[in-house]
Amino acid sequence: MSVARRWSLPLLLLLVSAACKKEEAQPVAASPAGGGAVIGAALSLTGPAAVYGAQQRAGIQAAVEEVNARGGAKLSVIVEDDASTKEQGITVFQKFINRDKVSAIIGPTLSNTASAADPLAQAAQVPVLAISNTAATGITDIGNYIWRDSLMEAQVIPGAFKKAQEKLHFKTAGVLYGNDDVFTKAGYDVMQKALQDLGVKVLGTQTFAKPDRDYNAQLTELTAAKPDVLVVSALADNAAAIVSQARQRGWTGPILGGNGFNSPAFIKNAGAAAEGVMVGTSWNSSSQEPANQKFLANLKKAGVNPDQFSAQAYTGVLILAEAIQQSGGKTGRADIEAGLGKVKDLDTPLGKFSFTPSRDAQHEPSVQQVKDGKFQIVQ
Amino acid sequence: MGQQVLNGIFLGSIYALFAVGYTLVFGVLDILNLAHQAVFMLAAFVALALVADAHLPLWVALPAAVLAGGLIGIVLERIAFRPLRGRSDSNISGLISSLAMATVFEAIALEIFGPDTSRFPQGTFPDRVVRLGGATASLLQLCIVGISVLLMALLTLLLGRTRLGRQIRAVAESPRAARILGVNVDRAIAFAFFLSSALGGAAGVLFGLAFNSISPDVGRGVELKGLAVIILGGMGSVPGAVMAGFALGLVEVFTVARLGSSFRDVVSFAVLFLVLIARPRGLFGRAAAREA
Repeated sequence: MSVARRWSLPLLLLLVSAACKKEEAQPVAASPAGGGAVIGAALSLTGPAAVYGAQQRAGIQAAVEEVNARGGAKLSVIVEDDASTKEQGITVFQKFINRDKVSAIIGPTLSNTASAADPLAQAAQVPVLAISNTAATGITDIGNYIWRDSLMEAQVIPGAFKKAQEKLHFKTAGVLYGNDDVFTKAGYDVMQKALQDLGVKVLGTQTFAKPDRDYNAQLTELTAAKPDVLVVSALADNAAAIVSQARQRGWTGPILGGNGFNSPAFIKNAGAAAEGVMVGTSWNSSSQEPANQKFLANLKKAGVNPDQFSAQAYTGVLILAEAIQQSGGKTGRADIEAGLGKVKDLDTPLGKFSFTPSRDAQHEPSVQQVKDGKFQIVQ
Repeated sequence: MGQQVLNGIFLGSIYALFAVGYTLVFGVLDILNLAHQAVFMLAAFVALALVADAHLPLWVALPAAVLAGGLIGIVLERIAFRPLRGRSDSNISGLISSLAMATVFEAIALEIFGPDTSRFPQGTFPDRVVRLGGATASLLQLCIVGISVLLMALLTLLLGRTRLGRQIRAVAESPRAARILGVNVDRAIAFAFFLSSALGGAAGVLFGLAFNSISPDVGRGVELKGLAVIILGGMGSVPGAVMAGFALGLVEVFTVARLGSSFRDVVSFAVLFLVLIARPRGLFGRAAAREA
């Protein structure tokens, strides 16, 4: 174990230096001339959640450009890497709150990080808008300054599984989930309940940890019971490896995923093995609503493949701009906090967006399936 | 049951291949080469680049990456170990300089390949499932076990039967005595590093193929496992590392299947702990003699 400790210092230095470099190299938008609001975005640009962080940064960039172009409240965003960890997330939040004196914070990417970093913002009375935290507990219940535009797993998965069962008629399931992460564990809890409600019998449950690369032992146990369907709660990196290894093992049955699967990186890394995988999603990519079409066009212009995470990040910026509008263009921390409470039926790529009384997201979810290497909405 | 034994042997063969190189350098120099995991990672990336970017077939890319691993090993020895040799504290300073090299190697990989997880393109290896009694294995898994065992057998032959092997073993016994007998000690050590890193590199490529995920930090998990394996097998003992590698692979697979993944490392390291109490020199370590 001393080896691990020897590792940590040089690694930390490396990370910190990388983070510092990034900060200087890439201000997302130059500070607007007339002041305006400074927003801090804590995103996972490295680590296991890096696939989401990159998409989120693209979504935020596109939305900031759009908001600033249409006049009214001007925004500038400082992006920092939370490295997919609690420790770095806390460091980034402290910098935002005390040094950059931001008006509001977007992020962090993972629920795991949020559960550790959000209490700092709550204590300092800085509004936080989570754009991808989906854990049922430990996010908005931290306090009245924590908001989110991402649907909880409990709002997405039951509907998705019901639709999947209508299509696939499964009666038994094998479940595999990551038990060292708030998000994948919370996803599992919801999945288990959804399966129970649908009358599906769970033949076996197995776990893994984020750094794991070999899932053969778990998959062997699960497939030996011959379930109708495999249910997996995992982040995209793990998900791709799990699905590949399941197919390598000869598993040809359907696979249902959690929110972690909602990334083009999952399809890229799992390749042909991803075909047929079904996932609930909070973003309907084929929606013809003008807000969604505009989002798609903006991301295309930026050369980014849009996904749920960029859509939610984009929506986050739109919501903050609306909150500033609602508070009469004032950009103080208290003004934005008050403005967030007045956001209602806002047109976003996610659909008509409102907050629930508990400051969680409220809009319609969908179901999608991988077909020919792409997510397609199941009608 | 049979299937899980197969999974264990498969995982164990990669652990063993990684640990054999690790223990070889320890046997010769009495130094833990903490950059071994970085060579493992770099070789996997080299193979990936050759397959994905240069479009070479795997049977060309694999030996090329193994060779690259070996050459990286020679560079590593030149920079991190040779300048320190002969100093009174060379064991500790060598440990630290190898740690520095590992960080440098990781930074290089991070710069060139980025932090994301990469994988070999589809169809790099034919997807074929082979039935063995009640169990199934992919052709890839069987080849990985085969290649691992073959490489370990070659190393044993090389150390036991060739002139260079004898020289390496002589240096492991006593560098001074070897020098008096006319052995070119620097060359023997450089060659040991070449072998060690080539095997580590082979393990890296096979790991990348097996689990379809290569990232700059991929070696770190394996490093701890490798350390457990060489302690379990007896520091410096090649046959010990092979046996311990397979044993650890089997223990891990059955732990995960029966107790859950949270116990994966708990059981592995608990076994290590118990072995160290009962047999402080490891399962195959000998009291006074050391072998390479």
